[in-house]
Amino acid sequence: MSVFREVTLAAPVAVFKLTEDFNNDPFPDKVNLGVGAYRTDESKPWVLPVVKKVEKIIAHDDRLNHEYLPILGLPEFRSSASKIVLGDDSSAIQEDRVGAVQCLGGTGALKIGAEFLKRFYNGNNNTKTPVYVSAPTWENHNDLFISAGFEDIRPYSYWDAEKRGLDFSGFLGNLESCPERSIFVLHACAHNPTGTDPSQEQWKQIAEVMKRRKLFVFFDSAYQGFATGSLEKDAWAVRYFVSMGFEMFCAQSFSKNFGLYNERVGNLTIVARNSDLLKRVLSQMEKIVRITWSNPPTQGARLVAVTLNSPDLFAEWKDNVRTMADRVLLMRSQLKAKLRTLGTPGTWDHITNQIGMFSFTGLNPKQVEYLIKERHVYLMASGRINMCGLTSKNIDYVAKCIHEAVTKVQ
Amino acid sequence: MCLFLDFETNYACSLKLNSCVLLGVFVKGLLGLRFLSVVNKILRLRKIDSWWAGVQMGPPDPILGVTEAFKRDTNPKKMNLGVGAYRDDQGKPFVLTCVRKAEALIASKQLDKEYLPIGGLGEFNKSCAQLALGADNEVLKSGRSITVQTISGTGSLRIGGNYLARFHSGPLDVYLPKPSWGNHTPIFRDAGMQLKAYRYYDPSTCGFDFKGALEDISKIPEKSVILLHACAHNPTGVDPRPEQWKEIADIVKKRNLLVFFDMAYQGFASGDIDRDAWAVRHFIEQGNNILLSQSFAKNMGLYGERVGGFTVVCSDAEEAKRVESQLKILIRPIYSNPPVNGARIASTILNTPDLRSVWLEEVHGMANRIIKMREQLVAGLKKQGSSHNWQHVIDQIGMFCFTGLKPEQVERLTKEFSVYMTKDGRISMAGVSSGNVGYLAEAIHAVTK
Repeated sequence: MSVFREVTLAAPVAVFKLTEDFNNDPFPDKVNLGVGAYRTDESKPWVLPVVKKVEKIIAHDDRLNHEYLPILGLPEFRSSASKIVLGDDSSAIQEDRVGAVQCLGGTGALKIGAEFLKRFYNGNNNTKTPVYVSAPTWENHNDLFISAGFEDIRPYSYWDAEKRGLDFSGFLGNLESCPERSIFVLHACAHNPTGTDPSQEQWKQIAEVMKRRKLFVFFDSAYQGFATGSLEKDAWAVRYFVSMGFEMFCAQSFSKNFGLYNERVGNLTIVARNSDLLKRVLSQMEKIVRITWSNPPTQGARLVAVTLNSPDLFAEWKDNVRTMADRVLLMRSQLKAKLRTLGTPGTWDHITNQIGMFSFTGLNPKQVEYLIKERHVYLMASGRINMCGLTSKNIDYVAKCIHEAVTKVQ
Repeated sequence: MCLFLDFETNYACSLKLNSCVLLGVFVKGLLGLRFLSVVNKILRLRKIDSWWAGVQMGPPDPILGVTEAFKRDTNPKKMNLGVGAYRDDQGKPFVLTCVRKAEALIASKQLDKEYLPIGGLGEFNKSCAQLALGADNEVLKSGRSITVQTISGTGSLRIGGNYLARFHSGPLDVYLPKPSWGNHTPIFRDAGMQLKAYRYYDPSTCGFDFKGALEDISKIPEKSVILLHACAHNPTGVDPRPEQWKEIADIVKKRNLLVFFDMAYQGFASGDIDRDAWAVRHFIEQGNNILLSQSFAKNMGLYGERVGGFTVVCSDAEEAKRVESQLKILIRPIYSNPPVNGARIASTILNTPDLRSVWLEEVHGMANRIIKMREQLVAGLKKQGSSHNWQHVIDQIGMFCFTGLKPEQVERLTKEFSVYMTKDGRISMAGVSSGNVGYLAEAIHAVTK
């Protein structure tokens, strides 16, 4: 008799199932607008030229080996990664109250942060502290905090389906009425899945309420550079909050902006009140890391560290990032233009107002099903499309299909 | 008193705090040192407006902390016998030739960096399982097992622990050998399991307490989880002999225990990968559907690449599919999907015949150097005139040696001779070389004569 006979078949993770279905589809003109990975205009994955260069540098460096990294990760990676999001001139860094933990991608950074908060925030092992995630949000946020032990995950108003934009008053309302000390997961830029970010003025208001009501700031920064093409612009919100004196976490991912998806390169940046507190926090983070993965993988962190710490390579990287961001912006403007030309009902301004890899089209589940089943255009049930899946070769087809879906399917 | 002890209240108004301060002074006097730290925390709060005011400094990791201390030591004769990472005879980290060749091969393929599936690189998972079970194992042929790529051995054990806590229908108790790797306990505990122990190491013989182990194992409640080190037991280096493994397998089957093998040193123990996997294969043959953690940190020298696997042997392929789906659900909220680099290297080595044979030779070479160092250490101790019986140093197997040294002796070794090891008397033989084995013999003799 098996001990596992009661184990049920779990539902597959939606975004990966979508890609699996896409891969199995024999239709020659199929389009994958699902998973969030950059594609070139030839619909190919893109290993950044600077990454190829640095890989060669690393391969030829005889001083390097495969020894364990420290538990908290590669020091040069951690410090340069934190600098990227907080800025070279960050006073918090100068005051020695910024630390970091190298983690397995953005997911890993969120995980370690969540585990720490579970143990040490708002009491010890207080699993009842509410955790607020945007409605909607990246679907793993929810599971991630639950897996860390939190019992009360709540949505904060974010997407206004009617006006296809930010429900700012709803958002502020949640901030004003939630229990004090609640944890808020904020998207630093290029909100996933809506592509809709607060304006600078709105961020200022958000910060004011969060400060006043003693709410915990946990930024998720997965697209720095990818949203506007500018690292500084995309980090504005994070830096503003730091300048307002918040103690906070920022989970950084280098999957998209370095194209290092499968190397699992992430960084949990910690801003504390002073360096003594920071040391204590880091020492406890070490214990959490030790029982999760012991120490992080070397390859990706080395690639990023070498790049960020060399002026030439850093400049080349910024260029590569701009290339990706520009292609996305081009696809946005072209898709909107084509839908306008087709006379597709509705307004499509949100396609160009939204920012980053994703667009919340506003298509409903029936229309999404039509696109997938009848037209072999794969997108998430939420109506989210990955702009990177669009190319000069398929954009006409996709525009036509969206037009059909909107006009034929209610 | 309640508000007084609520030191999480970072923003108490100053009026409350002033009375707290007065009360604090009073109480400090009354209750003395025991509550001093609590009171100090509150007094600190007057100045520090921080979420983390109550966070204590965590103690350094006992194993990794040894290396930290070693690094700070300026004695030119210092020896790091702490963490189990292989060193060559010059005391340098060893990047295997087969690894360098595999890396060059991979680089030439110009592969992309797209996300791996949650369960990892398919070809790695397949060859990982084959390495442990043997390519012609009935389990693999029938497809009734699932192997997922994990973040080396630690990650594998953690996923295993999480899986058990969620799905195990028996008692949520993991029985560890006494002693076991220090990180086993906190990993399983944090995953939600309780830790218990069975006798294993006999300090009087520095060998296997076979009788004690059988006695304890025969009393373990049915369906509990028993963790076994497949080979090269960490920290003792003491492994059961095949006849002993057979008896353990019998009892474990009789008691209907769920067997969880931790195999971090396949190939590293005897030099022969099949011999080192013998226990794992025997238990499966006897009808145990085991859980298995594998690490490629040591046997391929891929420490920092974090290469490992977690395997669940199931009743049939259908059950394996269900288990796989649940493992993915466990993995996704921790790190989404695993890192590719190390898995590609390992897979390339295992699946390229030329590289695989180079690897087998190199693993054999590493194991042999360790064996030689064991012999030289014992010879050295004899030469020093030691009257103690050091046979266990040769009988023990794998990277570690449980010297039998007591904490006071270990402390002397560190303080007087700059020989760094863990307090339990464990030394990593990998840190011993022909250049320093004489010094080590001298030092050990000095603290034990």
